[in-house]
Amino acid sequence: MTARVLPPDPGADEAPTLTAAGHGHWRVAGRWTFAHLRHGLPVLPAGTPAAVLDGSGLAAVDSVGAWVLRSWLGPGAATPELRQWPASARTLMERAHDSVAAATAPAPDPLLPRLGRSSQAAAQQARDLLLFMGQLAMAAVGALRHPRQLRWRSTLREIEIGGLDALPIIGLTAFLLGVVVAYQGADQLRHYGANFFVVELVGYAMLREFAPLISAIIVAGRSGSAYAAQIGTMVVGEEVDALRTLGVDPLQRLVLPKVLGLVVALPLLTVFADLCGVLGGMVMARTQLDIGFDEFLRRFSHVMQGSALLLGVGKTVVFAFIIVIVGCFQGFRTHPDADSVGRQTTLSVVQASFLVIVVDALFSIVFNRLDL
Amino acid sequence: MARSDRAVEHVIELQQIATRFGTRQVHEGLDLQVRRGEILGLAGGSGSGKSVLLREMILLHRPSSGRILLFGDDVATLDDGQAAALRLRWGVMFQRGGLFSALNVRLNVGLPLRESSALDDALIDRIADWKLALTGLPSDAALKRPGELSGGMLKRAALARALALDPELLLLDEPTSGLDPTSAAEVHALILDTHALYGPTMVIVSHDLGLLWQVCDRVAVLGDGRVLAVDNMDALSHLEQPRVQAFFNPRQDRAARPPAVA
Repeated sequence: MTARVLPPDPGADEAPTLTAAGHGHWRVAGRWTFAHLRHGLPVLPAGTPAAVLDGSGLAAVDSVGAWVLRSWLGPGAATPELRQWPASARTLMERAHDSVAAATAPAPDPLLPRLGRSSQAAAQQARDLLLFMGQLAMAAVGALRHPRQLRWRSTLREIEIGGLDALPIIGLTAFLLGVVVAYQGADQLRHYGANFFVVELVGYAMLREFAPLISAIIVAGRSGSAYAAQIGTMVVGEEVDALRTLGVDPLQRLVLPKVLGLVVALPLLTVFADLCGVLGGMVMARTQLDIGFDEFLRRFSHVMQGSALLLGVGKTVVFAFIIVIVGCFQGFRTHPDADSVGRQTTLSVVQASFLVIVVDALFSIVFNRLDL
Repeated sequence: MARSDRAVEHVIELQQIATRFGTRQVHEGLDLQVRRGEILGLAGGSGSGKSVLLREMILLHRPSSGRILLFGDDVATLDDGQAAALRLRWGVMFQRGGLFSALNVRLNVGLPLRESSALDDALIDRIADWKLALTGLPSDAALKRPGELSGGMLKRAALARALALDPELLLLDEPTSGLDPTSAAEVHALILDTHALYGPTMVIVSHDLGLLWQVCDRVAVLGDGRVLAVDNMDALSHLEQPRVQAFFNPRQDRAARPPAVA
């Protein structure tokens, strides 16, 4: 902690003192105020229970001073006679004595009930999420029946914000990832004289795994948090309630355009990430393994199967749903207090990223079983 | 350090204050004196610069020109140590409470004491609980977070923190805004009770006519970037000045007046 600039100590002549005057008779003198007590309390003598506090030498008392004296008297002690106290100081001292018993902190929660409560809360949240998905599906069905109700303009806007604006960051990240994969592989492959396999390495790693995953995680951080914050702020500002009372379904108005927008944008972003990642691998293959661009591309079109691209891009449709649903769900769970929006936004990013990785692992297992 | 004379007559003295935000002129040649021990109301329409003026009094905002004297000292000449000493002499209650949402109410009230003293924690907690009891909060409120309090309780907790250091000067920004008439009346009584107990000089920004009538000794009406009039409410309500008269909407005003003694 940095030292605070404090005014110098006051003169010693006004220092608060408490001296015994025999037989439960005590003399209180000086300034019993915060300014004079805050650097440390005077040494308070132990002695017979006070029956009389003589305040003839008192210069000033404030609530801190009154409470220091009150604590010295001891809990539950009878009020001593306040002899020759200035009127305002007397009122303060008497009221300090009248104060009610303070609340004490509740005992810390035992582990087991706390565990139970948090599991219950987690189960409740999972149920709420399912309910939310159901309501969203209903809203989607309603929109299918009346396509005019769908907000195409805001869907396009979502594609622009979530897709187009994310191109630079996703392109750069994927490019670097391609560089890293090729670089790590080059060393090993050169060992076995299998330089050419860098094409398969980069191709399959980027198309099937890295490009979809990195795009989804960046978009979860960029757009998922934005969804939660936007909807959370609207909840706090009672905008969502206003929509409901106007007969507008907030899910249809706010969430469906985001779903459509990201379901279009994320696969496209992934294709872009594929391109940038393979480009990164190509650059590395040329500098490290002496494989020229045209050589790389010839082998690439020869060995790669279209299914790698389709499987990778197909996964991102599911990722897009996860990101939008989690982001909007957490946004709607916002409570109207100051730090709630921030908390829900953080949760949306953490949960969406986690679920994307879990689902990606499940996809790997399923594709493996299906021999895809 | 040149300790301010405790006997200085005006706790706050504003001389020719001008405040501009870009091209918008909020104050222009504003003069105001706050007398020791009085309760001064600052009233005026929205955008008349009441809250900005309050922020200028507590060194949160520097006026574009003019002089501010606090306890007789020109704030422009204060060094860091003097400013820190000054801050121990006032308490501020912000419009939305300004309570720290990460701390419970007891820690919020104890924070000013803890930050600037070597007093032990148990004593500070007891003082904080006592301040909370003085402002009429139930004892279980001490362990709640500000977010869990109702509007009226939040105002009380904010007042308790403003009172933590027994300040000589208490500045309240809209202490009754957003409260129902019953809670507002309780806050009026609380302010008067606080004044009776500690006798601080008080500056209250408000357009609650009930508060201005029943609590304030004098009221300054702001308009056109300056103080249109300063006087007690009775004199103000008889003033033949259209801008001041407009402030006393006749219908509201009748309801807010203290009942006439027969």
